[in-house]
Amino acid sequence: MIIEFLSLILRFFLILLIQLLVINNIELSTYVNPYIYILFILTLPVSMKPWKVVLLSFIAGMTMDTFSSTPGLHMAATGFMGYLRNFYLQFACSKDDIESRMEPSISRKGLVWFVLYMSIMTLIHHTVLFYLEIYSFKEFFRTFFRVLSSSLFTVIILSLGQLLFYRSPKTR
Amino acid sequence: MRNLIFFFYKYYTFILFFLLEFFSFFVLYQYNNYQKASFLNFTGGIASGFYESVNSTTNYFGLRNINDSLLSENARLRAQMLNAYYQSGFTQTSINDTVYKQQYSYISANVVNNSVTKRNNYITIDKGAMHGIEPDMGVISSNGVVGIITSVSKHFATIRSALNGNTKISCMVKKNNAFGSLEWNGDDPKFSSLKYVNKHVPITTEDEVVTSNYSTLFPQGIPVGKIYSHSLDAGDNFHVIKIELYTDFSTLKNVYVIKNILKTEQQILEGDLKGDN
Repeated sequence: MIIEFLSLILRFFLILLIQLLVINNIELSTYVNPYIYILFILTLPVSMKPWKVVLLSFIAGMTMDTFSSTPGLHMAATGFMGYLRNFYLQFACSKDDIESRMEPSISRKGLVWFVLYMSIMTLIHHTVLFYLEIYSFKEFFRTFFRVLSSSLFTVIILSLGQLLFYRSPKTR
Repeated sequence: MRNLIFFFYKYYTFILFFLLEFFSFFVLYQYNNYQKASFLNFTGGIASGFYESVNSTTNYFGLRNINDSLLSENARLRAQMLNAYYQSGFTQTSINDTVYKQQYSYISANVVNNSVTKRNNYITIDKGAMHGIEPDMGVISSNGVVGIITSVSKHFATIRSALNGNTKISCMVKKNNAFGSLEWNGDDPKFSSLKYVNKHVPITTEDEVVTSNYSTLFPQGIPVGKIYSHSLDAGDNFHVIKIELYTDFSTLKNVYVIKNILKTEQQILEGDLKGDN
């Protein structure tokens, strides 16, 4: 239990550091702002209680807010995504997955399942985030394009990261 | 009562979600609507401290560029010194304190965190309340305008950069003093746009744009950029002007915070006027 908790914290800080020190410095264009820190929420065990996921989402968002001087912005977006994640996983996962405390990954559920899951969650997160950031519908289509292109980059980075760093448990 | 408890028990996830979401929207709304709300004080500058330690290691890679820009600024300032001028007249004028009263003072600071690709960009600097920085002060670099201070902690301050949807800086075209408002449309960090310049004002490309004397944040005539392109839609009252910014935000390292010593005096006077109406 304690080891599980510690590994969770370690993973959180690792992902946050990658986001802040590497991803935030990719200044490709104003339309490409990938936010990969949501991987922390996405890879939480399926069996985890929904309220814990919601709470962790808000904590993750708040930490991100602290480091980007945008109070409430990431908190609202990540919390929203964390809440909807529970509903998505309820119908996307079998009973076996929940009982085996599965952590969603490519090696466990296959590429298509994982990319679909990640795309939907990223789109939800980025839509809320970018529209709240501009705080109006004045530049609706420009913001929409920003959501789409940033989501695309987030999904690509997350998928590549999964393929590179996560080994399937069987081969170990 | 039993039903109420049962209701809370059944939907506790949703209630938790709702409360936290409400809280974050509240914070967001407050920050977007009130200038004085200071998020930096709330977080105690943890993030700024983190960025400063990161910055102290990465700073070495940019030293050459910083030196170059400081050298060119030195050269420009040297050219403005009195001994750089050849004295051609006979009359000697002594500089009298009662004529030239200092209105602006400058506080130099280093950038510890910066972004240029977000829709609303913020810059963190390593000087704060301890060094006399307050919210709503203008910030410039050696090249041009940078932004406006939003929140201040003891050792750090955050700047709402000119590349931010909420930043509006009063500017004018230098050659004919036509007023406009500098607003960023979120497209390209090298360009911004000047809005509300009347259509009867003649403008051409390459015209220089500087800060206007309407603003209490900046002294008059601080360079902003030059006009890159302009157009006038039929039936529209204002020019559509694209400005090439002088400040390169992506390599920003040193900035100056402007302290307007007479600002409170001006604001009190203008506040009195508003009370009259």
